Amino acid sequence: MMPVVLWTDALLWLLVAGVAGYALYARKRPHLRAPWRRVTRSTAGMISAVVLAAFVAVGLLDSLHYRPALEKNDAEGRTVYAVEVRSALDALIEPLRVRTEKTYSAPLATRAYAKETVDLADGTVAREFPRLRNGGAHLASEDARGRDVLLRAALGLAAAGVAWIAIACAVVWRLARTRGTGFGSMWGSVWRAETEVPWAAMLVTVGCMFGLAFPVAFLSTGYHVLGTDKVGQDVLYLSLKSIRTALVIGGLTTLVMLPFAVLLGISAGYFKGWVDDAIQYLYTTLNSIPAVLLIAAAVLMMQVYIDSRPELFPTAAQRADLRLLFLAIILGLTSWTGLARLLRGETLKLRELEYIQAARAFGVGDGRIITRHILPNVMHLVMIALVMDFSGLVLAEAVLSYVGVGVDPTMTSFGTMINSARLELAREPMVWWALAAAFAFMFTLVLAANLFADAVRDAFDPRTRVGVRGAAAGRAA
Amino acid sequence: MTAYIVRRLLYALPILVGVNLITFALFFVVNTPDDMARMQLGAKRVTPEAIEKWKAERGYDRPLLWNGSAAGAGKLTDTIFFQKSVRLFAFDFGNADDGRNIRHEIVSRMVPSLALAIPVFLIGIAVNVTFAMLMAFFRATYIDFWGVVLAVSMMSISTLFYIIGGQYLVSKVWSLVPISGYQPGLDSARFVLLPVLIGVVSGIGGGARWYRTVFLEEMGRDYVRTARAKGLAETAVLFRHVLKNAMIPILTGAVVVIPLLFMGSLLAESFFGIPGLGSYTIDAIQAQDFAVVRSMVFLGSFLYIVGLVLTDISYTLVDPRVRFE
Repeated sequence: MMPVVLWTDALLWLLVAGVAGYALYARKRPHLRAPWRRVTRSTAGMISAVVLAAFVAVGLLDSLHYRPALEKNDAEGRTVYAVEVRSALDALIEPLRVRTEKTYSAPLATRAYAKETVDLADGTVAREFPRLRNGGAHLASEDARGRDVLLRAALGLAAAGVAWIAIACAVVWRLARTRGTGFGSMWGSVWRAETEVPWAAMLVTVGCMFGLAFPVAFLSTGYHVLGTDKVGQDVLYLSLKSIRTALVIGGLTTLVMLPFAVLLGISAGYFKGWVDDAIQYLYTTLNSIPAVLLIAAAVLMMQVYIDSRPELFPTAAQRADLRLLFLAIILGLTSWTGLARLLRGETLKLRELEYIQAARAFGVGDGRIITRHILPNVMHLVMIALVMDFSGLVLAEAVLSYVGVGVDPTMTSFGTMINSARLELAREPMVWWALAAAFAFMFTLVLAANLFADAVRDAFDPRTRVGVRGAAAGRAA
Repeated sequence: MTAYIVRRLLYALPILVGVNLITFALFFVVNTPDDMARMQLGAKRVTPEAIEKWKAERGYDRPLLWNGSAAGAGKLTDTIFFQKSVRLFAFDFGNADDGRNIRHEIVSRMVPSLALAIPVFLIGIAVNVTFAMLMAFFRATYIDFWGVVLAVSMMSISTLFYIIGGQYLVSKVWSLVPISGYQPGLDSARFVLLPVLIGVVSGIGGGARWYRTVFLEEMGRDYVRTARAKGLAETAVLFRHVLKNAMIPILTGAVVVIPLLFMGSLLAESFFGIPGLGSYTIDAIQAQDFAVVRSMVFLGSFLYIVGLVLTDISYTLVDPRVRFE
């Protein structure tokens, strides 16, 4: 196989590296560690972090791309690679991708959704619901389906139980070792929720996720757990692939937005005068164009650009990928204004404080004052804005794809899933599963992101911290 | 106050010029009119003549900024920039690709847009503020906690699902109102009812949560403690003192969007087949009608700036401390 690095892959891994670097940096500095410690104390925050971690893991697996080698070599004996780009996730869930049907089929169905003319064994022709090529094909008789489904689900649950116990024991053992207490007493205090970090809640979350994922995995070896779509693709596969698109939109947009917001916001507040005027003018102007229209106009123009230069994009995957990247850039360029305004206001306040005046009196340069004295003191605003924006961007992708200015139509995303599924509600009987799957995955991801963002905001916002301490003092008195 | 408003509007002028430059750059510099013509005509029919004809029909066959071949003032006016961008200031939008006058379309589509947007706006604020007051009144109890949980869950659902779900449940299963369509006059109520309901419900999550933070912030202030110390009932504190003082943040959020109501709601209008400006915009985006998209960008920014001025004026009405200097 030949590794392929798409643009969004590279940037996504860069983002991961950045987060990891920040984590290492913050570990050593108590003042940076303190707010994150507060995040780890929050039950809702940690539960959502576990869920988010699962989503991110799927998305990152889907960001390791390669072109598989074909079985036949070319005339000179060199390996030939397929044009199609696959990802590590594809390799992991290969059966889901390969085992397609002709068209719609309901979740766990053994027969297709639509009637077809089939030739019977005795030579006659009949209209009936044909058996699926893969869904339940291993069953000798369809009557055995109920029992088979239950059996597989039960096996899945059992496996989930085993895996969960292993993880729970590993976590508790590790905790016990670092605290120097016995395994038994640690186990007890975790489940009595006496630990500062809500390990019990997190382990329960992991348990729930295993309890869902393992039975689904066991069932999906024989069935289409969430049904198939119009062209017979497994809906579960599509949902898993959509996660990466959502993460790219949410993650890369913030990566694009950040330098603009930080650089321009702080310069405006620090230098004042004409710099401030110019930057304020820039963001007021950008802000005054309704966001959807600005994005639509920019995406339309990008489409013209891509379509009139086909020579730049060798494969469809690369074109779709660049379109996704452009979309993230456009979203970033239109959404930095809010954070920039916040940073400007905060910097205006900070630059008049004594310690900055003192630094200036000592002859410290502007660049050094900004990086050493101002930037660290506005980082909490940046952090809050980053996590708060993520969920909104995931939701925006669906809407933009519906409007026709979202991701490439060939790219799997929640928006394209909803878009192709919404017209099928009018069918009789209704095709509900694709929509339901998109809803469930998107709702879980966005809800987790929202709750995590709330926890981060509460931990980083100095105002709420004062509020909590004040309330605690009030109760004590 | 008149002087203030005039001055504010004069400040707005450079911003409109900036918007104009951005749209001009987006539509004519990033891609030349030739690119647009090729895209619109499709790969098969592209001949130099066809491109020239397409450009001539739309008036894109002039130079971008400077016409050396024209005489006198024509050097400046007989250009794409002057013909297409400067004329926007006079609300002269020209014609859409289907040959219809854009200004005429906008004027005739405003009524359906407003018939949907105004009820959503007013009922939405009333519902959100009520919900938020309820949570603030029962703050730090289970009602507050579950209210916030509900609000966060509701804001985690995409608007698309609210629309699809509402259409399915109310129109298809219960057959209460038509699934989509529009008729002018009083009959429109039948068609607008469901979109309004969905518009309000989909806004509750984000709205109520935001108003709740506003109220809670207001309730932490000294005057609230004073009011309580005087022995006022909690309801009196909340409704007579907090609500009044929370008007400023509420107004900041609300007044600025009033002019934008004219732009209609993109998604609801296109899902429910309401012939307003929102669906006009979506149709134009999907048909890649550049003239219409450009006009709507300009109109939207103009209305936003009007909204900013209105916000400033509304401050003086609710806060006697704010005076125009």
